[in-house]
Amino acid sequence: MTIFEHMEAVYLTVPLVCLAASAIAGVFGPFIGRAGAHWIAILGVAISCALSVVVYIDVLNGNHFNGVVYTWGVTGGLPLEIGFLIDELSAMMMVVVTFVSFMVHVYTVGYMHGDPGYQRFFSYISLFTFAMLMLVMSNNFLQLFFGWEGVGLVSYLLIGFWFEKETAIYASLKAFLVNRVGDFGFLLGIAAVVYVFGSLDYAAVFATAPQAQDMTVSILGGEMGWITVICLLLFVGAMGKSAQVPLHVWLPDSMEGPTPISALIHAATMVTAGIFMVARMSPLFELSETALSVVMIIGALTAFFMALIGMVQNDIKRVVAYSTLSQLGYMTVALGASAYAAGIFHLGTHAFFKALLFLAAGSVIIALHHEQDMRKMGGLKKAMPITFITAWVGTLALIGFPPFAGFFSKDAIIEAVHASELAPAEFAYIALVAGTFVTSFYSFRLLFLTFHGKPRMSHEQFARAKESPWVVTLPLVFLAIPSMIVGAIYFEPMLFGGFFGDSLAVLPEHDTLAVLASHHHGVHGTSLVSETIMRGLRAPPVILTVAGFLVAWLFYIKNPELPKRLAATFGAIHYALMNKYGFDEFNDIVFARGARAIGVVFWKVVDAFVIDGVFVNGTARTVGWVSGAIRHIQSGYIYHYAFAMIIGLFALISWHLITA
Amino acid sequence: MSMPDFNILSSLIWLPILSGAVVLGLGGDERAPLVRKFSLVVSTAVFLLSLLLYIGFDTTTAAMQFVERHEWISSFNIFYHLGIDGISMPLIILTTFLTVIVVISAWQVIQEKVAQYMASFLVMEGLMIGVFSALDAIAFYVFWEAMLVPMFIIIGVWGGANRVYATIKFFLYTLLGSLLMLVAFIYLYNQSGTFGILDFHDLSIPLHAQLWLFFAFFAAFAVKVPMFPVHTWLPDAHVEAPTGGSVILAAVMLKMGAYGFVRFSLPILPDASHELAGFMIALALIAVVYISLVALAQEDMKKLIAYSSIAHMGFVILGFFIFNARGIEGGLVQMISHGFISGALFLCVGVLYDRLHSRQIADYGGVANKMPMFAAFMMLFAMANSGLPGTSGFVGEFLVILGAFEVNAWYAVLAATTLIFGAAYTLWMYKRVIFGMVANDNVESLTDATPREAFFLALLALAVLGLGVWPDPFLEIVHASVENLVTQVSITKL
Repeated sequence: MTIFEHMEAVYLTVPLVCLAASAIAGVFGPFIGRAGAHWIAILGVAISCALSVVVYIDVLNGNHFNGVVYTWGVTGGLPLEIGFLIDELSAMMMVVVTFVSFMVHVYTVGYMHGDPGYQRFFSYISLFTFAMLMLVMSNNFLQLFFGWEGVGLVSYLLIGFWFEKETAIYASLKAFLVNRVGDFGFLLGIAAVVYVFGSLDYAAVFATAPQAQDMTVSILGGEMGWITVICLLLFVGAMGKSAQVPLHVWLPDSMEGPTPISALIHAATMVTAGIFMVARMSPLFELSETALSVVMIIGALTAFFMALIGMVQNDIKRVVAYSTLSQLGYMTVALGASAYAAGIFHLGTHAFFKALLFLAAGSVIIALHHEQDMRKMGGLKKAMPITFITAWVGTLALIGFPPFAGFFSKDAIIEAVHASELAPAEFAYIALVAGTFVTSFYSFRLLFLTFHGKPRMSHEQFARAKESPWVVTLPLVFLAIPSMIVGAIYFEPMLFGGFFGDSLAVLPEHDTLAVLASHHHGVHGTSLVSETIMRGLRAPPVILTVAGFLVAWLFYIKNPELPKRLAATFGAIHYALMNKYGFDEFNDIVFARGARAIGVVFWKVVDAFVIDGVFVNGTARTVGWVSGAIRHIQSGYIYHYAFAMIIGLFALISWHLITA
Repeated sequence: MSMPDFNILSSLIWLPILSGAVVLGLGGDERAPLVRKFSLVVSTAVFLLSLLLYIGFDTTTAAMQFVERHEWISSFNIFYHLGIDGISMPLIILTTFLTVIVVISAWQVIQEKVAQYMASFLVMEGLMIGVFSALDAIAFYVFWEAMLVPMFIIIGVWGGANRVYATIKFFLYTLLGSLLMLVAFIYLYNQSGTFGILDFHDLSIPLHAQLWLFFAFFAAFAVKVPMFPVHTWLPDAHVEAPTGGSVILAAVMLKMGAYGFVRFSLPILPDASHELAGFMIALALIAVVYISLVALAQEDMKKLIAYSSIAHMGFVILGFFIFNARGIEGGLVQMISHGFISGALFLCVGVLYDRLHSRQIADYGGVANKMPMFAAFMMLFAMANSGLPGTSGFVGEFLVILGAFEVNAWYAVLAATTLIFGAAYTLWMYKRVIFGMVANDNVESLTDATPREAFFLALLALAVLGLGVWPDPFLEIVHASVENLVTQVSITKL
């Protein structure tokens, strides 16, 4: 049963209405005014969101779609197409993307109020929604790359939205270039797919993947399966977009952009594109345990070490940013453990609670007139009750406290890793469990420093701090609701009920979620959700979470002097965390300055001195010198010429006589 | 559609050349308004006329179309022989399109010797179309060399302070190469008894002769592309050239070198091409990597774009010398795309230069505050130059990388570094010029793009987006010719 007669038209409308809204707000911004721009953009994304829900219901009713929209080009017999694949995975992503985008659009009306670039901002976020939708709806690698680069472009434009701010435009350039390093791998991965499979179409590639399993290539002396090479190259792209170590460096700096986009792009949607992509490619990744192991290691490193940095940040947005990095690491580990459904589940719950946390942080930032330093906050709970309560909801969901949304998704990831038989699984399990303590600590540190304790700002500032307008608080409430309940609702169907159908592929020997399911069926008479909660309350992650809460309380409520003393005691560790392990300095010196220095040498030495100086101008000088010398022969005196002729004649005759 | 009953290629060549003469006859600068309007009418008419080539084009055949053939110098078997295929047709339309834009862009900027300026561009337009449509080697050579003269005049008369050095360097560099090409033509004439380019395609030539001929052609074409290490004339020529000169130089003239490789080197000398493919690919990859790093170090916007052009043309050469359809088609798209993008970027620099008379990146900063519309256009072109999907800049690079991967994955790896480097030098320049606080009083005094400037930038923006969003119509045009070329280059001539 389909809801609409022509679902194809609905699929097309979902992204295009956002593109149209973006074009109108961008090109005609000055004519339609601020209200015109936000109404058009909000209307566009609202339609898109409603239709996404329609598509979602339609897909759950069993109506899938895989078809071409138009042929972009054909080359060497290879069709390059724009087309849609609508299945459970893409439908779920469409709903998450458009819903969060819708909330952020509304929130923006309040947050960007009074900004001179108001229309431009709406144009950008609508364009972002379009690109993100094209990415998740794609049925082939080409369009995936289009969406991939499209969201990267808008991310660049939005991080540098306040283009007068030096830190912002630096961060935007950095974000684009670091992502391009990822895209470098991603594009080569796509080229390898074409080379090995002769197609860019997901369905065709996935269908022939098992036969390509034995194809190997020798790289630098070692033999490697082509599938492994492809997966690793594609994963480099995911590392860029989903900010995995060591390509994570751009995400914290991206906080220079306005807060609504930190929520939308740098927490809920774009940064999860890498997770989505790997899940989409599960039929390929399943065939390479090497690739899965690399994915798991990178994810575990990101999950733990980025969380540690979050403990020492003082900028409220940066704490949330490091939290995002860490949570993306959790999702990546899930992918490595072949628990794709758990990774996507966490992607979904995280989209709600992390968008919520960012928007709540933004609400505080507006109330304090763009103050982001938590050391100058505190005691705001009375003044901003809605922000305060929703921030608590977001935090409880983030730390994975039952029965909030994050608990179910995170618990599933940790359990899946526990069940995984890959070599790095043990390491990853320890990293993730330890990470729950750190997550809990930095999260409550944020809450305590912001809302609890004594105010640390000036009296006037504290007096002026008040709850944000409804356009800001309404999205908070609408995001808080799913942050509380989606976990319990979707836990069973998504992880164990075959929600994703054929859109995710798992080999039986990797099926960690099936191992989990077999554990659960041991107890009679209780629902899976309540059973999971009961078990969760006694398991190490929740215990460590409570411990994190207690330590944070001790440090920031009970004895605020303690952190300083601790920092002094562990000076080296504190220094390493404050400097984010030195990645930025290293990249700046080695890559940024290094490339420029090489460029200068090539230019001044090779181009200017050797090629131009020695060869080009040297030739010109030599010609000039030779002609200068020869010029003396052309004296203009007839007897000189006559003499030369006689000598020449004499020489010729002599030569003729001698040889004859 | 049936063939037009007039000689459309000849009209495209001679209409602008004769109009150029008329423009010169119109007189001095007191008649400048008339000169401008007349030039605009002529160039627009030529552009519309050239669209007939597209409309009447048969995409199913690799044979030459719109052919004209008349005896010229019968004692040497030289013909006035014109014709186009899927490779040359888009280049002709690119030429006519950009000439219109150059005429519009000069409207206010050129106030002295207007007639001479416009005449130079019109004459050059005809000659460039002649190069792309000539099927007789001598006709090709004549157009090829004649084209240097108006460009020489444009840089020498309307150029910057150091124009004499730049023009002489440009002239000698290119002339030296062309003479060797003439020698190659004479050798081929001795072998075949004709100067017909298509007849050359059927000639069997021993390998050692092929190698010599290859180097003779290489001397002519590599300089024009330009390829490393004979590229150093280009940045100098661009810096000194007026905006219109830079546009035509980058957008069309550089394409002639690449065109020469596919018209002469590949089909006539397939064995030498294969023998030397490694050498050519190495030079192309040096252009991509080395030149990109040099571009990163530039302080002058025009020099930066000039170096960027060399790097982007490296993709064209790489695509051609991997000898598969994807590579060659990618190279051809890249040629057209680079015509739009480099033309647009030089026009952007021109818009700034006309206001502040500086090309130094350091003299700018925060331009977006004063010229938001201009900043938006330049953002699009900068992104296109960085190869963003959805713009034409992506198409060629993508196809070439796909093609290269099939030959040798490491070629693709090196070529793909452009994703990083191309974005780095383009967007870093953009950041320093356009973003930030208003840097100084000069920037404070800037005014946004005029309607005329916005108009020609918008035309180019449409071209860049059109080719990027739907390159299929273009690929349809080149398919048959490329297929034919791939076959030709795979059959030995020994």
